Amino acid sequence: MPRAKVKRNSTSIDMTAMCDVSFLLLTFFILTATARQPDPLDISIPSSTYKIPVPDIDIAKLTIGHGKVFYEVVGKDVKMATLDKMSEQYKISFTPEERQRFGVISSFGVPIQSLKQFIALPDETARTASPLQTGIPTDSLNNQLSDWILNSRKAVAELHSTPMRISIKGDAEEEYPTVKKIVDILQKQKINKFSLITSAEGGEN
Amino acid sequence: MAELDTSSGGGKKGGGKVRTKKANTKVDLTAMVDLAFLLITFFMLTTSLSKPMAMDIAKPDKDAEDENKLELRASQTMTILLGKNNKVAWYMGEAGKSQPNIEGFAEVRKSILENKKKVADFYNNDPKKTLVVVIKPTSGATYKNFVDIMDELNITKITAAPAIDDENILDSEASFMKENGIL
Repeated sequence: MPRAKVKRNSTSIDMTAMCDVSFLLLTFFILTATARQPDPLDISIPSSTYKIPVPDIDIAKLTIGHGKVFYEVVGKDVKMATLDKMSEQYKISFTPEERQRFGVISSFGVPIQSLKQFIALPDETARTASPLQTGIPTDSLNNQLSDWILNSRKAVAELHSTPMRISIKGDAEEEYPTVKKIVDILQKQKINKFSLITSAEGGEN
Repeated sequence: MAELDTSSGGGKKGGGKVRTKKANTKVDLTAMVDLAFLLITFFMLTTSLSKPMAMDIAKPDKDAEDENKLELRASQTMTILLGKNNKVAWYMGEAGKSQPNIEGFAEVRKSILENKKKVADFYNNDPKKTLVVVIKPTSGATYKNFVDIMDELNITKITAAPAIDDENILDSEASFMKENGIL
């Protein structure tokens, strides 16, 4: 007599549909995610209860930390237009290739005299580690930061016909006089309103 | 479709024809689904958290004409001096007339609320005469202190625009802060 076989149910589930859905969602989230720009300066921003999101366009970001200032203006077209104006002012010419490369560099902190060398660096990691990043000169005789801000304001006004916003990202431990120095530069240009970037209270930056 | 091949070696029934073994086209998707969900979780969390928040600050125009200056009643003015070691000194009214209090950031919220209530009671809740806070960050303060105090004003719902004054630290204020070791 043949042994009665107990029919064993297969425990595995058809995962095709699940896989489809999960990859669809994954694609969606990857596409909507905005890559966090790596900070060239190692700073921790203070937290606050303010819940106003920072706009993504037509904004300049000043990063203050360890006594240095880094600058970034958002948008490739604005960056390139700003560089054109700066090169005109400082009589330093940039090749079209250097212009293109500058358009994708995020935050930088080099004096304009060594900007050429800085642009030539191969990638973001090399730029972050570069000893050229000494911060943008802000002293009264050689106030390049003020020129960068002024020229990018002009560039934004010409390209997008909106006023540029200024945001300040400061290290929590930064001494107030350093911040005040930067704010004074802004106020000289009649910028009396700006946003301080903070992380949401309780959350991480 | 996605199932483990549990059959033992493609049906070896004793002494039959040797069949060409058909390759199983089914792939085990478990690991792939695991990975996909892990990434989904990661992207979901990062998209909502990475958005930085902004605190809008308006400072008084330096070159403003004198006639635009706003006169403040001493009774509704609270001046907060930011000193070093995360300490603040605050006083009501005019400088030198009342002894400033030195507090940490944990206690200052209570003081602001108390003063806000006092001013509101004094003026019988007149909405035009609420507490006005003057913030004076000194050289000893850090950027975090400044952000924190602005945040406190937001939490305590001080509606009158705060005056941020880092130019005119009075001598009496400076000497008081020096005496107490917070400048």
